[in-house]
Amino acid sequence: MDETRIQDRSGAGEPSIAELGERPPTHERAIKGGVHTKRIHDSGVKHVSGAARYVDDEPELPGTLQIYIAMSEKAHARIVSLDVSKVRDVPGVACVLTANDIPGQNDYSPVFGDDPIFPQTSGPEALVQYVGQPIFAVAAETIDLARRAAKLAIVEYEELPAAITIEQALAAAGEAGHDLLDPHEMRIGDVDAALEGAPHRVLGRVAVGGQDHFYLEGQIAYSIPLEDGDVLVRSSTQHPSEVQHNVAKMLGVPDHAVTVEVRRMGGGFGGKESQPALFAAVTALAAVKTGRPVKCRLDRDDDMEMTGKRHEVTINYAVGFSGNGRIAAGDFSHLVRCGYSRDLSAAIADRAMFHADNAYSLPAARILSRRLKTHTVSNTAFRGFGGPQGMVGIERVMDRIAFETGIDPLDVRKVNLYPSFDSDRAPGVTPYHMPVTDSIIAELVEELEVTSGYRARREAIRQFNAQSPVLKKGLALTPVKFGISFTTSHLNQAGALVHVYKDGSVHLNHGGTEMGQGLFVKVAQVVAEEFQIDIEKVKITATTTAKVPNTSATAASSGSDLNGMAAQAAARTIKNRLIDYACGRYHVPEEQVVFAANRVLIGNEEKRFADLVGEAYLARISLSSTGFYATPDIHYDRESASGQPFYYFAYGAACSEVVIDMLTGEYKLLRADILHDCGTSLNPAIDRGQIEGGFIQGMGWLTMEELWWDDKGRLKTHAPSTYKIPTANDRPDDLRIAIWEKGENRSDTIYRSKAVGEPPFMLAISVFSALTDAVIAAGDGKAFPDLDAPATPERVLKAVEGVRG
Amino acid sequence: MNVTLSINGRYHTLDIDPRTSLLDACRDHLALTGSKKGCDHGQCGACTMLVNGRRINSCLTLAVMHENDTITTVEGLGTAENLHPMQAAFVEHDGYQCGYCTPGQIVSAVGMLGEIGDGWPSHVTKDIKTGTELSGDEIRERMSGNLCRCSAYPNIVDAIETAAGKTKEPA
Ligand code: FES
Ligand code: FES
Repeated sequence: MDETRIQDRSGAGEPSIAELGERPPTHERAIKGGVHTKRIHDSGVKHVSGAARYVDDEPELPGTLQIYIAMSEKAHARIVSLDVSKVRDVPGVACVLTANDIPGQNDYSPVFGDDPIFPQTSGPEALVQYVGQPIFAVAAETIDLARRAAKLAIVEYEELPAAITIEQALAAAGEAGHDLLDPHEMRIGDVDAALEGAPHRVLGRVAVGGQDHFYLEGQIAYSIPLEDGDVLVRSSTQHPSEVQHNVAKMLGVPDHAVTVEVRRMGGGFGGKESQPALFAAVTALAAVKTGRPVKCRLDRDDDMEMTGKRHEVTINYAVGFSGNGRIAAGDFSHLVRCGYSRDLSAAIADRAMFHADNAYSLPAARILSRRLKTHTVSNTAFRGFGGPQGMVGIERVMDRIAFETGIDPLDVRKVNLYPSFDSDRAPGVTPYHMPVTDSIIAELVEELEVTSGYRARREAIRQFNAQSPVLKKGLALTPVKFGISFTTSHLNQAGALVHVYKDGSVHLNHGGTEMGQGLFVKVAQVVAEEFQIDIEKVKITATTTAKVPNTSATAASSGSDLNGMAAQAAARTIKNRLIDYACGRYHVPEEQVVFAANRVLIGNEEKRFADLVGEAYLARISLSSTGFYATPDIHYDRESASGQPFYYFAYGAACSEVVIDMLTGEYKLLRADILHDCGTSLNPAIDRGQIEGGFIQGMGWLTMEELWWDDKGRLKTHAPSTYKIPTANDRPDDLRIAIWEKGENRSDTIYRSKAVGEPPFMLAISVFSALTDAVIAAGDGKAFPDLDAPATPERVLKAVEGVRG
Repeated sequence: MNVTLSINGRYHTLDIDPRTSLLDACRDHLALTGSKKGCDHGQCGACTMLVNGRRINSCLTLAVMHENDTITTVEGLGTAENLHPMQAAFVEHDGYQCGYCTPGQIVSAVGMLGEIGDGWPSHVTKDIKTGTELSGDEIRERMSGNLCRCSAYPNIVDAIETAAGKTKEPA
């Protein structure tokens, strides 16, 4: 690191440039860690040495209190009385918090105002609506003490009828006369006429289960009281601005009184988008009340019982198609299990609808979505944000059409794909009336078909199945087309803050949060590229609402797209100031100031970047700037269910081969081939990790991760002992991943890259389809199985029994 | 009560509640926060430490039971300046995303190679008489107690193979 050469010299006169100790620049060909390089994760060495700090690893301040949150034992009940006096009396308990202690609004919801932090203790709103709902909190010297003290509370409930399953929710909605949120419908073409006129028609239904986030670092918040009643909250959150706002509104103070900071999360996956506000609010309240720092770190079981999950969806479909498998019309209805409150369910259910077509051009389509209330935890964002559920519907339809027509499922898929952007066919139009003008899916599928050896393997599997009495294999190649942008248009904005210090080192901050997806290193690559300096010169710093305000959640895969652009804008502003300065000082035209690797060419001269910066500082040039970006050209009119909600689409395809055991239902993924489009990848190493991780997590969702509530609404799968996520053993023996080499974003994104956080998740639908294929083989192709997700061995066995009659 | 523990080559005397787990003793009393608490129930492996060279879920064992043992945490394997070969291999192969499971994966992998070296068979060992050989299958089976929700498994397995001396180019 260079010494700081410019000291304060008050009274000592101005240093001349000659006195700065300039050194000649070095002459590397390229900087280290520019864009499109396989730069390792910025925290890599810290991760492996245990030095990377998560919220729970920050040293606790003296006097820190620990919070335990007591939870409802009933799915739906009136609270007749809540007596916490005994809890208060326990020595070591600093305070007990109920709804009565909240000075501002008793709500931590993102939009609709229907997520009480604690239920009221009397009156009509003294209501609990799921088992696990927070009812009060205890702050004590130790967590153990807090937990034991909480058990002394006396809660009297008067139970009310509860809807736990989708069927019960439908019945309850019928009685109430409304759903949790109004239904929404998208429509293109004359569906009824097209269904009527189609040569073939089928009806069916597929149920798709939820998924627990199981971020390895559970929910956590640490609040430190400041002067003036302000608070600093360290929160494991994907959405610091929303946590800030929710804490402020709970305390009844302006947003400026609350600062939220997050360096990194131990996984988020959507589970830390709206939910961390609860834990932040509870700790902030206790901190303000007691004047002491307060931590709330959820126990794993409590976390799984208390927090929302991926939405469970039942999809009913009716499709009309011709003899070659081409769809004439598709009619889909989604029954979405939202849980007790609205949370983000409207946008999530919308996104399921936006992906009901997946990569297929439907001449006529109707998608109806009903958002149902159950007395279970409020379901929330999860990687894909409803998109995966929507896609499972149409992929099931593809398998079904293949079964009905006897055509290979891949060929059915191929005749229905959206036309390529460069084909002579008119672009397909989505059910929300957006022309798909950047489709490359046909070419990508074609390429994977060849590289995966699909046809030969199909034949080999046919022969294997013909002579194998107990084991049956299945194969499927499925595409993904995923829309990139928040479908709530105003969220598509981001800010960044860049400082260049006078020694040439750079401080980078932006509104995006790091949860392992490699956002920080990607944005740092963009800034290093812009200034043409080695990435080590760019310091990545914790996200904080004090530096960049009013940010959107790091979600919708949009992190690098939005924050990369904002950081680039900030860096460009400073760079332009440096160029202006150099032009004036050295009397050269603008085009003669060129930033090369770690140096700047000014006419015939060359300087180190740091030296130019030092000079500019003395010349009183501002070396700090904010940057801002708003995605152009997007809009969606909910009224008419039409518009251009996405800036572009990301594409991919996967081919999976499975083998099932007909006697036990057990199965194994033997091989998976993936071809994914990352545009021009900003960082192929990071993107590859996202593809692998997304695929395996998606496979977990569709095959092994089963959420199971009993009839009292108690989640019985609330720990890794009962809720099985993929282990090292579940990845396929043969996993071949390729980033599509021809990838280039047709939209003007940061270095023409594409978002990669969510799209690969849905590549796992190929595993679900391959299982369906294997079950069909188990029944000798005589019947189509009603296989629901997750396709656990138990369900596969049932499906096998079903098709064998 | 007082307990003296040998951790990463240093002795520490602590005054702790006898019910304190080894994990909490390290995290809460010794500022050794590298080992993570993923579940506190022995089900995720994030808290894996080595006790006398054998891997253990430190959330499932009491600190006071380890007075005469030699304990190694991720901090004791190597430092940023001087990484253990397993740590270096994880960096080389990007064997992490969020990093929360990483310390546990690395300590577990070091212990696991020791177990294979000592000839301990596993569920997938083909012939327990001829001993165990290091294969992808063996690694995956033996590492299945260390959950990674980011599913960085392919790179984790590659990293372990590299560290075990089976050279494999990073992807
Ligand atoms: S924290 Fe010890 S195994 Fe999960
Ligand atoms: S890297 Fe996130 S849990 Fe393994």
